Amino acid sequence: MFNDKESVMSDMKQLDARGLSCPQPVVLTQKAINGGSELFSVMVSSAVSKENVLRCVEKNRMKAQVRQDGDDFIIEVSK
Amino acid sequence: MNNLFASKKGIIAVGAFIGILAVLLQYLGNPANMGICVACFERDIAGALGLHRAAVVQYIRPEIIGLVLGAFFIALVSGEYRPRAGSSTIIRFFLGVFAMTGALVFLGCPWRALLRLSGGDWNAVTGLLGLMTGIAAGVLFLKSGYSLGRSYPNKKSGGWVFPAFMIALFLLLVFRVTFAEGGPVFFSAKGPGSMHANIWISLGAGLLIGGLAQRSRFCTMGALRDIILARDLHLASGVIALVVTAFLLNFFVLGQFKAGFEGQPVAHTMHLWNFLGMVLAGLAFALAGGCPGRQLILAGEGDADSGVFVMGMIVGAGISHNFAMASSPAGVGAFGPAAVIIGIVFCLVIGFVMREKMAV
Repeated sequence: MFNDKESVMSDMKQLDARGLSCPQPVVLTQKAINGGSELFSVMVSSAVSKENVLRCVEKNRMKAQVRQDGDDFIIEVSK
Repeated sequence: MNNLFASKKGIIAVGAFIGILAVLLQYLGNPANMGICVACFERDIAGALGLHRAAVVQYIRPEIIGLVLGAFFIALVSGEYRPRAGSSTIIRFFLGVFAMTGALVFLGCPWRALLRLSGGDWNAVTGLLGLMTGIAAGVLFLKSGYSLGRSYPNKKSGGWVFPAFMIALFLLLVFRVTFAEGGPVFFSAKGPGSMHANIWISLGAGLLIGGLAQRSRFCTMGALRDIILARDLHLASGVIALVVTAFLLNFFVLGQFKAGFEGQPVAHTMHLWNFLGMVLAGLAFALAGGCPGRQLILAGEGDADSGVFVMGMIVGAGISHNFAMASSPAGVGAFGPAAVIIGIVFCLVIGFVMREKMAV
């Protein structure tokens, strides 16, 4: 089971939205959610994009966890 | 860190605050329904620097300087100062040029459109409808994969250049540099350019608004875009708060409300061109990712691409007046309509060619 979960994690879709202008990080996130992704992560490089993606996730009634990666943020989105 | 100003209450408070300050600036000397207008004020700066010679609109507006520096300082303090650059720079420059072209056909940026509305100038309604149409077109491009590409982290010093330019402008304003009569810095003796609040009040208001707008992410283009794109009213609640408070203050306290289409200050009644001018501006803002005010804030945070957009707007103001494209209270300029059409074609081409296959 643990291994299964590991492989799911490593296959987890990663969206790289670093350096993209508003509202592209949100558009990418929404597309992933609309496309049925239930577990994926979004990388952004500004606090503004982080807030916008979090608001989008919340609106879609999904969960999000944020961690900082240097100057960037990684948002893990799950059902 | 929890950002209080980015909450719903925060953005409403900031919108209301901008409305109050803008209307007060009008009361204290700025032109009517023009307490803060990013497009008009950048145009005035272009005039002061001699990039155009429309004698009635030349002044170095401290509000613009304050917006950038306020955002710069607060970004430094909050750890959000991130020098970045490299996203389709030359395209952003010309989006700025054409954004200004459209705004000067209407005679105002989105902020001023809101202030005109709250002062009873119904021509603003046509302009705002145009703005919404242009942004809606931009949303279609965004949905189909439009992107100007990534910006990349830049050296710390890369983000100082734009704030330093603002400080240089402020020095030119304070010392009124002259080499010979009437130059190289020009200040209007009459007309809107001669109407202004005290330098320090204007600068202070700009600093406050710049700081608050940085924290709250206030953006008029984003407000309309998010309604169309995601039925998200977050940013819109700030814009509505701006209009409501500005209206209340104009109407009940300062007596600055005058309803109608005709005879409105620094405005004309050619509805088609008010509409199409703002279609162009709205589309250019949407493709560039922010309204003119927001671009100043981003430039303050270290976004060099936004700084280039602002420079595009300043140069665009020079071109608009020199080539008789800018409107006046008498109506559109001789080449205003042609410029608007060319600008819309330019933006549509950019919208189509800058699409990427989405990775999702």
